[in-house]
Amino acid sequence: MAFQNLSSRLQETMRKLRGKGRLSEKDVDQALREIRLALLEADVNYKVVRDFIAHVKERATGHEVLSSLTPGQQVIRIVNEELTQLMGGTQAKLTLSSQPPSVIMMVGLQGSGKTTTTGKLSRMLKGQGHRPLLVACDIYRPAAIKQLQVLGEQLDIPVFSMGEQNPVDIAKAACSHAKKFNNDVVLLDTAGRLHVDEELMEELVEIKAAVNPTEILLVVDAMTGQDAVNVAEAFNERLEIGGVVLTKLDGDARGGAALSVKAVTGKPIKYIGVSEKMDGLEPFHPDRMASRILGMGDILTLIEKAAAAVDEEKAEKMAAKLKEAEFTLEDFLEQIEQMKDMGPIDQLIGMIPGLGAKQLKGLEVDDSHLKKIEAIINSMTPEERRRPEIIGGSRRKRIALGSGTKVQDVNRLLKQFSQTKQMLKQFSGAPKRRKKKGMFSLFQ
Amino acid sequence: MFWKRMFGDKPAPEQAKESGFFKKLVSGLEKTKQNLVSKVEQITSGRRVDESLFEELEEVLIEADCGVATAMFLVDQLRERAREEKITEAEELRRVLQEEMVALLEKNAAPLKTPAEKPYVIMVVGVNGAGKTTTIAKLAYRFQQENAKVLLAAGDTFRAGAIEQLGVWANRLGVELIAHQEGSDPAAVAYDAINAAKARDSDVLIIDTAGRLQTKVNLMSELSKIHRVVKRELGRDLDEVLLVVDATTGQNALSQGKIFQEAVPLSGIALTKLDGTAKGGIVLALASELELAVKLVGVGEQYEDLQDFDARAFVAALFGEADS
Repeated sequence: MAFQNLSSRLQETMRKLRGKGRLSEKDVDQALREIRLALLEADVNYKVVRDFIAHVKERATGHEVLSSLTPGQQVIRIVNEELTQLMGGTQAKLTLSSQPPSVIMMVGLQGSGKTTTTGKLSRMLKGQGHRPLLVACDIYRPAAIKQLQVLGEQLDIPVFSMGEQNPVDIAKAACSHAKKFNNDVVLLDTAGRLHVDEELMEELVEIKAAVNPTEILLVVDAMTGQDAVNVAEAFNERLEIGGVVLTKLDGDARGGAALSVKAVTGKPIKYIGVSEKMDGLEPFHPDRMASRILGMGDILTLIEKAAAAVDEEKAEKMAAKLKEAEFTLEDFLEQIEQMKDMGPIDQLIGMIPGLGAKQLKGLEVDDSHLKKIEAIINSMTPEERRRPEIIGGSRRKRIALGSGTKVQDVNRLLKQFSQTKQMLKQFSGAPKRRKKKGMFSLFQ
Repeated sequence: MFWKRMFGDKPAPEQAKESGFFKKLVSGLEKTKQNLVSKVEQITSGRRVDESLFEELEEVLIEADCGVATAMFLVDQLRERAREEKITEAEELRRVLQEEMVALLEKNAAPLKTPAEKPYVIMVVGVNGAGKTTTIAKLAYRFQQENAKVLLAAGDTFRAGAIEQLGVWANRLGVELIAHQEGSDPAAVAYDAINAAKARDSDVLIIDTAGRLQTKVNLMSELSKIHRVVKRELGRDLDEVLLVVDATTGQNALSQGKIFQEAVPLSGIALTKLDGTAKGGIVLALASELELAVKLVGVGEQYEDLQDFDARAFVAALFGEADS
């Protein structure tokens, strides 16, 4: 029980409620007890949980539910709404100054993921047409400066460092540097520190006074326990933070104490970190997150990802090809590349409604399958990709050798491909004999 | 024979009180004390034992990151003993709670294994940002103080700057380091390190690994591979495989312990950053729900601040009996 996550716990509870025609107060209490336990086990601050439960109970046992036709659905809706409220209602955006450079200061405990997040944020800003400057203000942790430099190099974003001098001076010098070199956003990567470390907290206050940042982001590890609230409160008290970045959400700590950060400090979560890679930073959508926790899926993010990855013109061409059943291995490869642009498959699947944590248990999806298929197709000649039927025994051997796979792998791919094509043919009704009906007509 | 001095005689709890460790622990746990203990004291002051008292105690324990299951377990124990021993004054429950906590923590407690053969090999694993590299530096210092020849292996070939970070520590401490390029195979680093440790007659080899979230199946099997390679080259089991856990972590620490255990045979836990957190409860959850011993605790940023875990000293410090 202890290892079940919030999502599956709530799903279980909600299933019991769903479809009930009439809810007694006992039903509601039972459900709320489950939700309370689930939230506590997910490290949501216990005071926040108490308020949350009180709110839901008030609404669930009141007039609202009794007059509705399906009270079970109604409770789910209330829990969902309250959960969304708990996390901040609407999406909060990054504050940038109208007068460049905007200064963004990243603060947090050791090991929360500041440097990685700084890199990700600069990449995102660069993608939006900004000219970010990374500034290495962590003079304490060994090789922290080096880490930022390596990231800067990977991302092709300039890094400003002055070795192990006073971070206040570094921040000031970086701002002048940014003005001179026309960088419109300055990202200060400060050292990790404990919120109870008076001396180091004072250093942050000094940096803030010296460069007057437009945005101060507190980086919080999503796995943090009940203490997350104290950390956020302490940083907020000293620095008046603008928002929070929640990191390591790709782990199994999906709800997490950090969700209560907004409730306690009043500061919104602006971004979430969802992978170790540099593109793993997403805007935080409280409503979507609430749905995700409740097992309703996050179809909006999925659609957005697909929209960003798929070139519309290409998509139309593809549709035409599908219709004509002219789908070749080359097109197949293209599809795979687009899917990879959307992010890791396991995350994509997690966003599909109806596929809760339960269904996914034991299903290990990894990207290496795709890599294999890619390698196999890449080892074919253009002719072979267009006309896979010419691939005989010796060609298969060559392809397997070239792609570092086995002949069986090549066989499997070719078989799957021909089956897919067969299916497409049926859809598009290429052999005109059979009568089209039902969903087949979608392709006409 | 460095290990004789190292692990020979464990100070008795009475002695521990005098030692620097205890003082450090007390100051490190100051925050925890304020939260957990002052609340327990508040609740139990001048009232009789009744059901609402137990419920309040449960809430306090949950708030200290003990987790729902462990909090319930502890409170059930209290309830039972209160009935058996006919305890009616709430204040008496404080002592009982302390005893139950110690019992829980001591159930699986064990110090670092006594070295039997050279090299003494420690592999350090954990999620991102738990404090693996810093823990390794502190461990290396500790062995060095016992005149052991220490070798470090930079097995975090993934994170930018990780190899350099360990390199800086190795330089400061004056210990040797085996490192490859960033992005190279960590199992190859471990392979080289084992052979280097044998060739150079090192007493202790500490292998760093990249931080990984326990949900990443591929990365967990990479970890299994590193362990397999080390074990094969060593020709025996590793002396210690330590999971580093950040003390600020909530209930996810249990998931970490469980899944890492499936990938590599963990021998114990090193709990870091205990000086900053306001909660110590996760220690209880780890001890109660996983059969894993907390072996080391990090209570500060100095080299000496990595200490053997002592359940009695820990609970005593938690309850602020240092000055009594």
